[in-house]
Amino acid sequence: MNESFLFGRLTLGALPLHEPILIGTFIGVALVGGALLAAITYFQKWGYLWREWFTSIDHKRIGVMYVILGLIMLLRGFSDALMMRAQQAIAFHGSEGYLPAHHYDQVFTAHGVIMIFFVAMPLVTGLMNFVVPMQIGARDVAFPFLNNFSFWMTVGGAMLVMTSLFVGDFAKTGWLAYPPLSGIATSPDTGVDYYIWGLQVAGIGTTLSGINLVATIVKMRAPGMTLMRMPIFTWTSLCTNILIVASFPVLTAVLALLALDRYLGMHFFTTQFGGNPMLYVNLIWIWGHPEVYILVLPAFGVFSEVTATFCGKRLFGYSSMVYATLVITILSYLVWLHHFFTMGSGASVNSFFGIATMIISIPTGAKIFNWLFTMYHGRIRFELPMMWTIAFIITFTIGGMTGVMLAVPPADFVLHNSLFLVAHFHNVIIGGVLFGMFAGITYWFPKAFGFRLEPFWGHVSFWCWVSGFWVAFTPLYILGFMGVTRRLRQFDDPSLQIWFVIAGIGALLILCGIVAFLIQIFVTIRRRESLRDLTGDPWNARTLEWSTSSPPPPYNFAFTPVIHEPDAWWDMKQNGYVRPLRGFKPIVMPKNTGAGFVLAVLSSIGAFGLIWYIWWLAAVSFASVLAFAIYHTFEYDREYRFPIEKIIQTEDERTAMLAQRS
Amino acid sequence: MNSQAYYVADEHEHEAGGNTMLGFWIYIMSDCLIFAMLFATFAVLGGEYADGPTPRKLFDLRLVAVNTTMLLLSSITYGFAMLTTAQGKRAPTQAWLAITAMFGLAFIGIELHEFSHMIAEGATPSRSAFLSCFFTLVGTHGLHVTFGLIWLVTLMVQIQQRGLGPANVRRLTCLSMFWHFLDVVWIGVFTFVYLFGVLR
Amino acid sequence: MIKRDKRACNVKKIVCCGLRLAVLAPLGLLSACHAVVLEPSGEIAEHQRNLLLASTGLMLLVVVPVIALTVLFAWRYRASNRHATYQPDWDHSIYLELMIWAIPLLIIICLGALTWVGTHLLDPYRPISRVGAGQDNAKPLVVDVVALDWKWLFIYPQYGLATVNDLAAPLDQPIEFHITSSTVMNSFYVPALAGQIYAMPGMQTRLNAVINKPGDYAAFSANYSGAGFSGMHFVFHGLSPADFRHWLDEAHEHGGALDRDTYLRLAEPSQHEPIHRYNSVAPDLFEAILRQCVREGQSCRRMPGTMGGEDTQP
Repeated sequence: MNESFLFGRLTLGALPLHEPILIGTFIGVALVGGALLAAITYFQKWGYLWREWFTSIDHKRIGVMYVILGLIMLLRGFSDALMMRAQQAIAFHGSEGYLPAHHYDQVFTAHGVIMIFFVAMPLVTGLMNFVVPMQIGARDVAFPFLNNFSFWMTVGGAMLVMTSLFVGDFAKTGWLAYPPLSGIATSPDTGVDYYIWGLQVAGIGTTLSGINLVATIVKMRAPGMTLMRMPIFTWTSLCTNILIVASFPVLTAVLALLALDRYLGMHFFTTQFGGNPMLYVNLIWIWGHPEVYILVLPAFGVFSEVTATFCGKRLFGYSSMVYATLVITILSYLVWLHHFFTMGSGASVNSFFGIATMIISIPTGAKIFNWLFTMYHGRIRFELPMMWTIAFIITFTIGGMTGVMLAVPPADFVLHNSLFLVAHFHNVIIGGVLFGMFAGITYWFPKAFGFRLEPFWGHVSFWCWVSGFWVAFTPLYILGFMGVTRRLRQFDDPSLQIWFVIAGIGALLILCGIVAFLIQIFVTIRRRESLRDLTGDPWNARTLEWSTSSPPPPYNFAFTPVIHEPDAWWDMKQNGYVRPLRGFKPIVMPKNTGAGFVLAVLSSIGAFGLIWYIWWLAAVSFASVLAFAIYHTFEYDREYRFPIEKIIQTEDERTAMLAQRS
Repeated sequence: MNSQAYYVADEHEHEAGGNTMLGFWIYIMSDCLIFAMLFATFAVLGGEYADGPTPRKLFDLRLVAVNTTMLLLSSITYGFAMLTTAQGKRAPTQAWLAITAMFGLAFIGIELHEFSHMIAEGATPSRSAFLSCFFTLVGTHGLHVTFGLIWLVTLMVQIQQRGLGPANVRRLTCLSMFWHFLDVVWIGVFTFVYLFGVLR
Repeated sequence: MIKRDKRACNVKKIVCCGLRLAVLAPLGLLSACHAVVLEPSGEIAEHQRNLLLASTGLMLLVVVPVIALTVLFAWRYRASNRHATYQPDWDHSIYLELMIWAIPLLIIICLGALTWVGTHLLDPYRPISRVGAGQDNAKPLVVDVVALDWKWLFIYPQYGLATVNDLAAPLDQPIEFHITSSTVMNSFYVPALAGQIYAMPGMQTRLNAVINKPGDYAAFSANYSGAGFSGMHFVFHGLSPADFRHWLDEAHEHGGALDRDTYLRLAEPSQHEPIHRYNSVAPDLFEAILRQCVREGQSCRRMPGTMGGEDTQP
């Protein structure tokens, strides 16, 4: 490949001018994006966005921005899903379908990467960021600046992956980019490089965010909140962030080694000169399996909060819930090999990992029983979060069962890499993580914005999602039994087509669910006055975040709360807690800063330079990151006093609001 | 129960940066994991010479011993810097930091010399899986030391400007943890890569 | 391309399948639409199927009650049902907690035992001790399998034959596959015969299996391997001994020679490769492919078990 000094290997040929699907997409994105930018300019909101959001180090705003990022990327990831379903539904009877291999292989890779790294992760991180400090009675996270930086690094990674849509190619390797296929010999184009650097940039953000939240939970709990008085969502967040800190460095290391293979001709995972591709497979799953629990544990936390709240009852078996979470956290490191029993390890090795995998289902089972017995003798209000929870229990139980089937090595030999596997992990990720995130978003939305989500369209969305999920993935389970493998682009056996068509209809139902969700947001904003939450506690909930106003003031709590039992707010409500109306003191708060944004932009530009072999750009960006970071350390004055007059004013408004309600 | 306090009426301002030590410690643990991965990779691939040079032919243990001494000494002098910091003496702290930086620079210099010598002999990182692992593991450590040096110099400037205030002492303590951590990692490198390599 | 008409499933059957699915537990019924995984033709795959069903059965012991209780509790304790007991502070019961840990534990103990035994019994590396109900062992047929971009090469060292995208074996004779790959990772999978195993470059896996029913079975790579992956399938023929001899004779008559140069040309990426046959195979070709040194002057990979040995061209 010819490389110029100025542009590396980037040429006009890298633009997909010959691919009508991409041109159409580009025009669509350009129109929507342009309209958005124009609107922001027209309403003169740039200053507001920059001051109040982009540079904000308020954990609540960062949490909201994470969730918005996740939802936007969900649209992209889901478009990929629709394209795959359409391709597989029509590529029969000798038809090539409408996607050439070159395009289709990028689509399924991008779908996996985006859904895990840029949908599920931001949603999970967003909820944790938003909720955890308030649940533990803190005013922010331990390192507020780092939090902002982490967010923008995640955005940077997402932007790199999105750029690959219109400039060059994305990886055609599957979402974990196994070598040797992802090596330079078989994947010489920019695809894998986009993959590597997109994930590296985002991964740094994720690791730092994990460090941040662990430190927050360990150090910043309100007085009285011992470990065994932490809300379950905080517990699961703690475990998730420990997992992040203990697993994302593995991803960073393994991707760095792959990059060294590709950029400097090293031999870690090549087949020549002693390299070993299976080492990559082992290492990446040492990250990859904990990642599954990184995603699902916070969802378990959400379900615990939601079940207790909407059953009007204490959570059944608090301590066994905590221990179950801890056991899952530890065991998640001992099972990575179950992703490749078919590598041909010995029977004893395979049995060990298979049985270790099954053991995880014990604490998971205990959790499900705990939710079940929380419902028992409860008074269940079927608000949307609770409905998501019940849909989760049923869906996830079946997903867990198919997971245990796959954990039996001889059974895995016949089901591995099949559509059964695809159905299984969608069953647990959609049924577990995504349902959990929807429950969480619906549950905490009023806390974030001061008004509830409109329920009618929420119900439409709920039913479309749940039914769509089953219509889309039951056929895949069946196809798995028929011996159909994943990632196929076309089929010879015409009898399979009907199942793919059914799965495609399921995907369309899910599309309706997503559209209904968007309508729900729109309708909610239109009718926000009638949906307003004046009390700050619209669900009659149990944990501390509901003790403050909706939306909470920047400092969360005018006075740091004192905790006497796990359901702290419930306890306060039961025992005649009186909200203090005077005696306020100024509060020290961190200042907003644009440094995180600048560093992330520079890092992303540097990554772009590396992807396209524009060495000068990479070098300049890297030097700028370093210089700017050093410059930033000379800024010592990073906090300010939140003025007492504003606290008094804010708290008086809340008093008036509470009075207005009663 | 009614008499229980549900909020802290008389709150003291929290000490700024009280979480930094814990946070930085967690960061070091995550960095440690990266090294763990590199060690694991070395354990798996370290014997794959692919007909290329073996550790016995490549490594000059005397040079490595000198190098190790440099790094160990730099840890000791950093320790002295922390002792004078505790006494609030700026000038000796700066002096010890400068000496630490000298040892660190010497370490990096010797390492670069070793690398260039090996590459000149044809033992490049792309020659075999063993050499890929070697250069990556040792090089990653070297990069860390380099960043430590940049940080050290920055910090010296900041101490010159602002003295040994709480913020700077905190930064010094973090860098101290980082520096000793790199020392510990180097002991692993020295043992597993160089000594075991020559014994192999 | 070969149609898998044996598996053809008409619309009626699908509706029928779907209905039965909706009513009953899915597994046993899927055989109605030729779910090959549940209706295999080889001893190994059959055991694997049985293990799959057994583990599912065990899981259902807890899954069914959980789902039933979820629905029941959700209905019984709905807020509008004021007759139901409401105990807002009840959050602990030592017996219940013991139960909810013990029941999954017991099931996993059973399943774990089953897994340990089954995994060792069905270890793909384990030579076949019996080839079918009541039949004794026989000398295994050895097949060296190479996954190429994007086709399969099969070498029959005992017969000095090789084929591309065409695999046959006699009924009731153990087959010993030695599997590797030329460039990227694939997975060798004949669902009707036995479970899959990876084909990895520079590494060799093994699969022992036996086919017990005659027929033409779909077979393919089950691990994505690049642009031509979709077309990387072939037909596995389970033949009677006489038919198998005939098949061998045909290969002998129609084939050419597979030397290193021919192999290197064959190994170039290609899609939808038609069936080729070779009636002679260069000695040590498979060994050279395995050690990644077919091309003149390439140094051979050190294989496990040759620790410290000097690397030489085979």
